[in-house]
Amino acid sequence: MRDFLIHQWWLLAAVIGSLVPLILQFARRGFTGTLLELDRRWIFLLMLWSVLVPIYYVGVTGRTFPEVPSALSRAVFDEIERLKPGDPVLLSFDYDPTAEGELGPMATAFVRHAVEKKLRMYFMALWPVGAQMIDNTIDKVIRADFPDLVYGRDYVNLGYKSGNEGVIKVILTNLRALYTTDTKGTALQDIPMMRGIENIQQMKLVINVGAGYPGTKEWVQYAVIPYPDKIRLVAGNTGVQATQIYPYVPLQVPGLLGAIKGAAEYEKLVIDKYGGPNPDPKYLDGLRRMGPQLFAHLLVIGLIVVANVLYFLNRRRERHT
Amino acid sequence: MRRENIWTIVMLVGLAALIGRATLTSTGMGREYVRAVPVANGQWTEYQPATYGQYLRAVNGNPAQTEYLFSWSRTIGLWAAAFFTLAVFSFLFGDNPIYKVAEAVLVGVSAAYWIVVAFWDVIVPNLIGKISPATIQNWAMPGLTGPDAARDLWYLIPLILGIMLLWRLAPKGTWISRWPLAFVIGSFAGLQMIAFLHGDFLAQLRNTVLPVIVMNQGTFDPSTSFKNLLIVAGVLCGVVYFFFSFEHTGIVGKMAQGGIWFLMITFGAAFGYTVMGRIALLAIRLEFLLDDWLWLIDPTNKRV
Repeated sequence: MRDFLIHQWWLLAAVIGSLVPLILQFARRGFTGTLLELDRRWIFLLMLWSVLVPIYYVGVTGRTFPEVPSALSRAVFDEIERLKPGDPVLLSFDYDPTAEGELGPMATAFVRHAVEKKLRMYFMALWPVGAQMIDNTIDKVIRADFPDLVYGRDYVNLGYKSGNEGVIKVILTNLRALYTTDTKGTALQDIPMMRGIENIQQMKLVINVGAGYPGTKEWVQYAVIPYPDKIRLVAGNTGVQATQIYPYVPLQVPGLLGAIKGAAEYEKLVIDKYGGPNPDPKYLDGLRRMGPQLFAHLLVIGLIVVANVLYFLNRRRERHT
Repeated sequence: MRRENIWTIVMLVGLAALIGRATLTSTGMGREYVRAVPVANGQWTEYQPATYGQYLRAVNGNPAQTEYLFSWSRTIGLWAAAFFTLAVFSFLFGDNPIYKVAEAVLVGVSAAYWIVVAFWDVIVPNLIGKISPATIQNWAMPGLTGPDAARDLWYLIPLILGIMLLWRLAPKGTWISRWPLAFVIGSFAGLQMIAFLHGDFLAQLRNTVLPVIVMNQGTFDPSTSFKNLLIVAGVLCGVVYFFFSFEHTGIVGKMAQGGIWFLMITFGAAFGYTVMGRIALLAIRLEFLLDDWLWLIDPTNKRV
């Protein structure tokens, strides 16, 4: 930390320099007077620094914060661990670039885990940009680090189909009613790993990375509930979405990764087992992004406490007057 | 000094610093590289994304190499992404024309993207490909062969319904569009009703009928018992709070009060998760600016 502060003195100077007017305001008007009339842009600036400085620190030093996997993340990990090499798994990437910050690390970790377990991966998307998210993850993990895997034998990208939950309902019984080709335009019967696959009930596990509608809720309602003995589902969700999925845990969704915290925990489990002594930093995105989370949360908690104290002080003052 | 002048100076200093960093420093910033991969026996070239580190290694090995190349188009895209990120952030300071431009571009590009994706992923393979497979084979998808390419005239029905839906744009006969709309709403409502009845109502009943005294291998399991008790109490209190047939007094009132507490804790947890999600969004944009654009950090060793 000391070395960081010495070498990156300009960052410290920028942070302090930008806050000088606020400090002067505190000195002139006092603590309560300043806070009662605080311009909200100061809060934006504080939030900027509380996120930017940890990102910069982690980016320069390469250090990450310690993470202890929760029971739900471990359940996701165990669900994939129990599968045998060659088992088919369906990976539905139902998100777009706006959720990449939270869900990208989960998607990367899921694919890395599936590759390490030698599972056959069937990618699909219920969101239009999901197909690009699949391509990005395949480029990042499979093409970059596992070039021996063959497209059509070990993994296939079925791409996006519109119809939201209607797609799930159809492919539950007849995959080919909607998917006639993969994203490259190759007919399904010409893809070796598609032979014998008639519907998604044949998948040993469905992995959903979802950011909203259609997403995990629809997979539960239209796939898990009608076929509870055949479809097993684990999911990774954004923070906003995760609270809606918790009621389905553990009967309908045995494992759930919630937001970047869930991603970091699952990443740790995968990297501890398969990452080796010096894991590639690209598999640590979630762990790295927990640094800004810590400081931003401290700031939010501090602001909530200060705002409540001010509220009660103000109320008492109004009562006295 | 006027506030506008101060901001103009800050902007100019920032712009000068960016130009200086991009052109005068040894590392530079904001450049994108690609790897040229010949495809189909060299008939055409596929440009895959590459890192600056890969480019440097290739040039050090062979200065005349042509496999790793600087990409103008990707570099312009990167700078556009950085500009639009800052443009959207500028809204925090106040509404301004740059933010409006970014907003309009996002809406326009999204709409265009949706139309193109819907056309190529749905209308071409799933509609025209079913009604006239030969047309699609000759025109767009030579890979569409075998049993998946069989003609299926049932797909004329969605085609007719689709045309009827577009009748809305015609000056006369807009009532025609109401029939397919009624079909869509009716079928969607039916699907949703069954899904919610099974997925939410019945499944949630099943999920909340839990034993409050849990025995694990013959011994009392206090933590699971407490967890189950909390879930059952939370559901009962929450339901009682929304039960308005009785006045909320006595035991009903106390349970309703408990329901408020459970609801507030739930909202608090949801808010906490939302905060986490929003911070993650901010973090990835800042990471993009510092890493991909400004080259100030390199967490994934892209430029080593």
